[in-house]
Amino acid sequence: MYNIAFPQMGDYCVPAYFLLSNILDANIIKAPKITNKTIELGFKYSPDFVCTPFKYTLGTMIECLDMGADTLIQYGGGCRYGYYAELQEKILNDLGYDFKMINLVIEGRINLRRINKLLKQIDSKYSKIKSIYYSFITLKMIKYMDEIDDFIRENVGFEVVKGSFEKLKEEMLIKFGNVKSYHELKIIYRYFLNKFKCVKVYKPDDRLRIGIIGELYTLMEPFSNYYIEKELAKNNIEVKRFTNVDYLFLRKSKRMKKYLKNNPYVKYSMGADASDNVANCQYLCENGYDGIIHIKSSFCTPEIGVMQVISKIAESYDVPIMFFSFDGQSSETGFKTRLEAFYDMLEMRKNK
Amino acid sequence: MDKVGIPRGLFYYYYGDLWKCFFDKLGVSYIVSPNTNKEIMDRGIKVSNDEMCLSFKVFLGHVDYLKDKCDYILVPRISNFGISNQTCTNFLGAYDIVNNLFDVNVLNYNIDLDKRETLKKGLFKIGRELGKSFLDIKFAYLYAMDKYKEKVKKDIEINMERLNSKNTKILIVSHPYNTYDNLIGMDIVKYLNSQNVDIIYCDKFDDSITSKLSKKISHDLYFKYSKNNLGAAIYSLDKIDGILFISSFPCGPDSLANELLMRKIKKPYVNLIIDGDMSFTGIETRLESFLDVIRRNACV
Repeated sequence: MYNIAFPQMGDYCVPAYFLLSNILDANIIKAPKITNKTIELGFKYSPDFVCTPFKYTLGTMIECLDMGADTLIQYGGGCRYGYYAELQEKILNDLGYDFKMINLVIEGRINLRRINKLLKQIDSKYSKIKSIYYSFITLKMIKYMDEIDDFIRENVGFEVVKGSFEKLKEEMLIKFGNVKSYHELKIIYRYFLNKFKCVKVYKPDDRLRIGIIGELYTLMEPFSNYYIEKELAKNNIEVKRFTNVDYLFLRKSKRMKKYLKNNPYVKYSMGADASDNVANCQYLCENGYDGIIHIKSSFCTPEIGVMQVISKIAESYDVPIMFFSFDGQSSETGFKTRLEAFYDMLEMRKNK
Repeated sequence: MDKVGIPRGLFYYYYGDLWKCFFDKLGVSYIVSPNTNKEIMDRGIKVSNDEMCLSFKVFLGHVDYLKDKCDYILVPRISNFGISNQTCTNFLGAYDIVNNLFDVNVLNYNIDLDKRETLKKGLFKIGRELGKSFLDIKFAYLYAMDKYKEKVKKDIEINMERLNSKNTKILIVSHPYNTYDNLIGMDIVKYLNSQNVDIIYCDKFDDSITSKLSKKISHDLYFKYSKNNLGAAIYSLDKIDGILFISSFPCGPDSLANELLMRKIKKPYVNLIIDGDMSFTGIETRLESFLDVIRRNACV
């Protein structure tokens, strides 16, 4: 029996765990939450100027292997994230670990036939039909999670009883993890959506609204951005974020096609999420958001290229914008001070 | 005032000769920015984001130099050469970045074989934008392509000859826009030449052979230029004495592909990362000791 592990990202370990445990007859290891120790491990063994997600995922992989995993799953994106798996495998092999690496996405393309073959090697009784059914449920689960997350982001800053949203969400994730069928998932989703809507919030009309855009891993893994959303919520700010798995998988390509037609700022796709962020920035400016925060991991090439385009747009709409670059070793206090100064400035602008 | 400005950076080192031939035959006057010097690099660093890679900063410096010296500046966009043959993200974004940073007319074409946008289509588009007739463009294109292929063939032949010589041989694994750039790689090349070493350039190999060979080291790699580099390294591995890696800080594809190559080969190598502020003395010391190691290996 195989012990499978995968690097985690935000709360998406719940649907991933659900999917793997249902379609494979194997022992799934839940990766430990990312801590400073993880980062230290990742930094120690990574090449110098590779982007930060590489270091985070490598650190997690080492921790998983130490916990007894013998099969690792890595996924990829449209940029160099798609090439992580091969080098990480080599680095870990050089460290003396013996394991099998499965790369789900190559060059941003998902080849179902190849994945099917790989999964067959792990579990000979693996069935296609079952996995299609559970993949469908997982996709729906991710969609529901993302919808609820969007709702939370808008309201969590204004809850009357502190911590009520977080508590409810934890409850929901546990329930989601133990779902048996699509029908059950739907019922649970509706039940929790109602509950979330019933949480008492006090939303003043002159509240600050901030949009967060940037590189996908840093956006979705809260540890890597020092819990920026929580920090903003603590100060009664409504947060809007576009990037989530559901958006990247299903809605992005359609939206970009529409957006790139006759656009004054960008003519072509600039790689990964870059031109997507230009679109989001324009949307935020046009819809009256008070400020924009752009976050990325250091050395993320597409985002570096697009930063100047974004700041040009923000300037022409007269919306303040703040850039953060996280390399996992920057000081948290420095980051918090800059963030504080930013929303203080926004508040002053608003009261003028 | 010349009509078209060609920045001497990134794309120039792949298509420069082709462009020059094409414009010559077409009867369009052009200006190529001078070799990179300190002033151009400073200009580039001033306009660019501080996290951009050095080669791209230099490229922007060249564009900045040309901006009031010509009507159009030629900045293509290269996305991919088919499946599994992507380029670096800076090649994808160059046009849009230049367009947003500078207030200039940009002459642009797009190579995106996934969407059937080829070099031929691109050059025809440029010709039409410059107001030339279809036949003129066709003649110019065929002529330029002919010359270009001839030159590539010749370069490969010279490279192969060197590979079979009996002298000490070093393979430079680097992108051409770093190797041949006046400030980034030229000092290193000059130094090696003065030390009586034969230099093999990894960009002067046959693409079709090297990209196949790269599969031996890396199965998943999908950056075309990195693939060529790896393939060239494998092709010449038995014949060379050492490998010299040159990359500009912080190069995206190099950080992964070169690291993999370094971990998989058993040859002496040295990895130089150029960030623009370094003095050449430091590099010289490292090269010196590297050459010592190689020569001692050869004696043993």
